[in-house]
Amino acid sequence: MTLPESGAAVAVAAGAGLKVSPVRRAPSQLGDVIFANLTRGFAILALASLAGIIVSLIYGAWPSIQKFGLPFLWSADWNPPMAKFGALIPIYGTLVTSIIALVIAVPVSFGIAIFLTELSPPWLRRPLGTAIELLAAIPSIVYGMWGLLVFAPIFGKTIQPALAASLGQLPVIGQLFAGPTIGVGLLSAGIILAIMIIPFIASVMRDVFEITPQMLKESAYGVGATTWEVVWNVVLPYTKAGVIGGIILGLGRALGETMAVTFVIGNTNFLSNASLFSPGNSITSALANEFAEAEQGLHTAALIELGLILFVITFVVLAISKVLLLRLERQEGRKT
Amino acid sequence: MANVTLQAASTVKPPLAPQAQLVIRNFNFYYGGFHALKNINMDIYKGRVTAFIGPSGCGKSTLLRTLNRMYSLYPEQRAEGELLLDGKNLLDSDLDLNDLRARIGMVFQKPTPFPMSIYDNIAFGVRLHEKMSRGQMDERVEWALQRAALWNEVKDKLNQSGMSLSGGQQQRLCIARGIAVKPEILLLDEPTSALDPISTLRIEELIHDLKKDFTIVIVTHNMQQAARVSDYTAYMYLGEVVEFDLTDTLFIKPKKKETEDYITGRFG
Amino acid sequence: MELHKKRKLINNIALALSLAAMSFGLFWLAWILITILQLGIAGLSVAVFTQMTPPPGSAGGLANAIFGSFVMVGLATLIGTPVGILAGVYLAEYGRSTVLGHVTRFINDILLSAPSIVIGLFVYAAVVVPMGKFSGFAGVLALALLVMPVVIRTTENMLRLVPDSLREAAAALGAPKWVMILQVTVRASQAGIITGVLLAVARIAGETAPLMFTALSNQFWSTALTEPMANLPMTIFRFAMSPFKDWQELAWAGVLLITMGVLILNIAARTLFKQKITS
Repeated sequence: MTLPESGAAVAVAAGAGLKVSPVRRAPSQLGDVIFANLTRGFAILALASLAGIIVSLIYGAWPSIQKFGLPFLWSADWNPPMAKFGALIPIYGTLVTSIIALVIAVPVSFGIAIFLTELSPPWLRRPLGTAIELLAAIPSIVYGMWGLLVFAPIFGKTIQPALAASLGQLPVIGQLFAGPTIGVGLLSAGIILAIMIIPFIASVMRDVFEITPQMLKESAYGVGATTWEVVWNVVLPYTKAGVIGGIILGLGRALGETMAVTFVIGNTNFLSNASLFSPGNSITSALANEFAEAEQGLHTAALIELGLILFVITFVVLAISKVLLLRLERQEGRKT
Repeated sequence: MANVTLQAASTVKPPLAPQAQLVIRNFNFYYGGFHALKNINMDIYKGRVTAFIGPSGCGKSTLLRTLNRMYSLYPEQRAEGELLLDGKNLLDSDLDLNDLRARIGMVFQKPTPFPMSIYDNIAFGVRLHEKMSRGQMDERVEWALQRAALWNEVKDKLNQSGMSLSGGQQQRLCIARGIAVKPEILLLDEPTSALDPISTLRIEELIHDLKKDFTIVIVTHNMQQAARVSDYTAYMYLGEVVEFDLTDTLFIKPKKKETEDYITGRFG
Repeated sequence: MELHKKRKLINNIALALSLAAMSFGLFWLAWILITILQLGIAGLSVAVFTQMTPPPGSAGGLANAIFGSFVMVGLATLIGTPVGILAGVYLAEYGRSTVLGHVTRFINDILLSAPSIVIGLFVYAAVVVPMGKFSGFAGVLALALLVMPVVIRTTENMLRLVPDSLREAAAALGAPKWVMILQVTVRASQAGIITGVLLAVARIAGETAPLMFTALSNQFWSTALTEPMANLPMTIFRFAMSPFKDWQELAWAGVLLITMGVLILNIAARTLFKQKITS
């Protein structure tokens, strides 16, 4: 569409501008190529380090994988002098302590998240939230030392006997709370782990509770629901996937935690009963205790295989949590 | 005040035979599979203000953003046809985009001050394209801020962050940043839609002043604004230019029924 | 009416439990912090900073361990931060929807949640075994591998918060992409990225597990990165597990130092980030 006013379509404006154009130098294209490839290179480096981890673990564990095969996973015989290795006790210890941690941490974190989002006066939310998050900042070695020297003795003298006298008397579950009350052991390790993962789970729960649309909550309050009913029937179903994702995040932390567990689990490769009071071993504590002194060869390989198993477990746990969080995101996408 | 500018707009007659600076021919644009601009043909005249108007989604911003190839940031967007600037097709793949954007500047809907001082905001673009001494740069910064009618408000706080200014000031800062590079064409993408009426008025006055030196293309959803500031107006609908004419003609005697419906508010 | 009362009762119980849970969390924090302060301050003295770690049963300090920790944490940060920032820039600016971007993002999440002891094992197999000995260098590498994913994640997240309009504005001035990234987007997300780096430093400052098979520890003052290097966490580990009272006291002093350092880093990071958000 050329306008009548312009007469013939003057396609080209002469170089003479309204003012003299400044002399320009074109910014270098080279910089872009270099920078793009530089950043890409470092992204690949991140990839390479994961590949390196997997390859080196498999390589290091190979003698043990070859010798013991799959039964490594369920053999309870861990006997370095006899060069016999089975991972059952450490795997059991890792799983049991993590489960104890979840059993305690999930309801507590849920309560904390409700408190922070629904109950707390607004001016207290931030300081209280920060305080809970600081629990996550305390280094694990501090938990370990405190657990061994402060918590376990008190726990063994007061709480464990009380548990033995109450829960210990029940049929079936009673077996879990029997035996000598020495403080250190699977239960103590589980409790310390619970304290360590509460901040992770609680802050995820708080964050997802906060994204629940205010309108949804108000609608529920509008029909006369109590705070608890709103949380349980509206907020929780709405944030289900996020909550589970947060719990699994905490589980991942608990599974891989080393120092705190090493201090308080008791470090023994023998397990004769089901009692949670008894000392045990976890994958991480076995590594921490034995690796530096292990003989090159089968013992080291078996320990590296333990590390590999741990890595696989945490990988699976992470993958599950990613899928759940992704589902939450999609759900939100649909809802808006 | 508003009256004065309105009158000014309608009384200034473009000199005879304006030159087409940017020539758009058989131009098509796609967002992935969506055909967003259909066979556009029009000229952007040198030293004039051209406005694109039309309902939301009509493609007016899309068209504006193709003129400096902003779309090239997004790989799924693609254009066909000819955009001739001084006879050179801007769609050519060997075109230096950074050079193009020094010649065609752009100001966005929302102010986009960079996280740096007012001075550095202006100097940022200049440094990219020209080597100059500190003294020359000071002059250039002052010149740009003067032209954007911001100098008096910021001359004592050039080292403060650009984010510390008010919305209207930020937008004038962005205009100053755009003209500091001394482009030939300035693209304004709804530059006042995020501003209050007073700031809007100042920007409109600024546009009048700037067209002495720059060719200006402005997208606006505000028809009164188009009438006030532009010499030429294109009415767009569903990715096509329905009518393109002198602003006075288009608003007083539109040739097409659709245009008339839109400008009289009978649209939709 | 009965139903109404029951609902109210349930609500009150639930809210009371929620309050109890909050107190439960705070109770542990308070208990741990009070213990650390009490025992740590008791163990603190000038000697802690000036003398070497002692043999069992005699007095000494933590000077070599403090020094070693500073060196290793510092070097690991120096290595891990640029790698993390550049990879994060790639994810946010170049590889948003590329295959490499998606894969790296996923891998980075795995690295982020990989148990730190596994990272230690990796460096042991990749560096310690070929070198034939434990070394400070191996420790630095293990810690750097922990810094990297944290920095990648925060850099990417922070860059993504920068509105695309700012990127377009820079491009509209003819800025090449690398100039746009370095001078505009990275600058806009500076505070967030620094926060991420501080949190990463806080994390590795207290890490013990990855040092166990890498830097090990050293009873003496050692500045050579090719030798085992003393560090606070390993020293605390060794001393706390020992039956010697002198050692345990020193371990508490070390715990106090580490905890305070980490908490201060955390609070600094938070305030920095808060300022950024409110400004």
